[in-house]
Amino acid sequence: MPQIHEDAVLDARNLLCPMPVVKAGKHIRTLEDGQVLKILATDRGAIADFPAWAEDTGNELLEWHEEDGVFVFFVRKVEEED
Amino acid sequence: MLETQPNALTEETVRAIVREEVQRAFKKDPARKKACIISSKGTLDWAYPPLILATASAATGMDVSVFFTFYGLNVIHKDFERLLKVTPVGNPAMPMPVPMPDILTSLPGMTSMATGMMKSKFSKKHVASIRELLDVAVESEVKLIACQMTMDVFGYTQDDFIDGVEFGGAAAFLSEARKSHLTLFI
Repeated sequence: MPQIHEDAVLDARNLLCPMPVVKAGKHIRTLEDGQVLKILATDRGAIADFPAWAEDTGNELLEWHEEDGVFVFFVRKVEEED
Repeated sequence: MLETQPNALTEETVRAIVREEVQRAFKKDPARKKACIISSKGTLDWAYPPLILATASAATGMDVSVFFTFYGLNVIHKDFERLLKVTPVGNPAMPMPVPMPDILTSLPGMTSMATGMMKSKFSKKHVASIRELLDVAVESEVKLIACQMTMDVFGYTQDDFIDGVEFGGAAAFLSEARKSHLTLFI
């Protein structure tokens, strides 16, 4: 698996719904178009929530995996076109 | 005499174009980006769902309005920490430390015990507190609207509510709701 380079990391470990998504929404606004946010979460709900959140916000979920009980997500910011 | 042109539009291409255009129009529909939630309950457990869904909707980039009516006004009252309680009375789903006959759940002190239990359990599990969720809601520009009619019935004034609360009636809510695909009554 090719290594994905992240531009920022959000540690959402030990947070429960809706806080991981709330923090991700806030954090990704500080990034530029095309930059990648790496998100760490321990809430099992995140497995369903982050793909849904990415789809709704138009950002791209590049990849996710589990690492010693931590869910790691890579989301590429896609600036909304109007 | 008309001849069939080799590159004339076929029915399939027309259908595909129309489908694409409709999908594009749907994507631009502003109602996809609006959520309207009614919060009508004034207990600690029921204060969570509207605030969780409102903050999560805001996190996906939606414009969110929450309309607090009847007991739901407790959630945005300045004194919400004291007002929001949970009771095991009439709630067989509530987990109790020891099995308890219904009649005992109505004893004095049971409501404050259950409320304390829920708060400590939630904080141990790292669930956000109502205060945190309200802070996030205000920060992410969720519109918090108090129902003026129930305020008058309960004798509340505008000063009784946390900063940033707006005031309105059924028509104000409906005007927002009709522009939202997502409407919830909680």
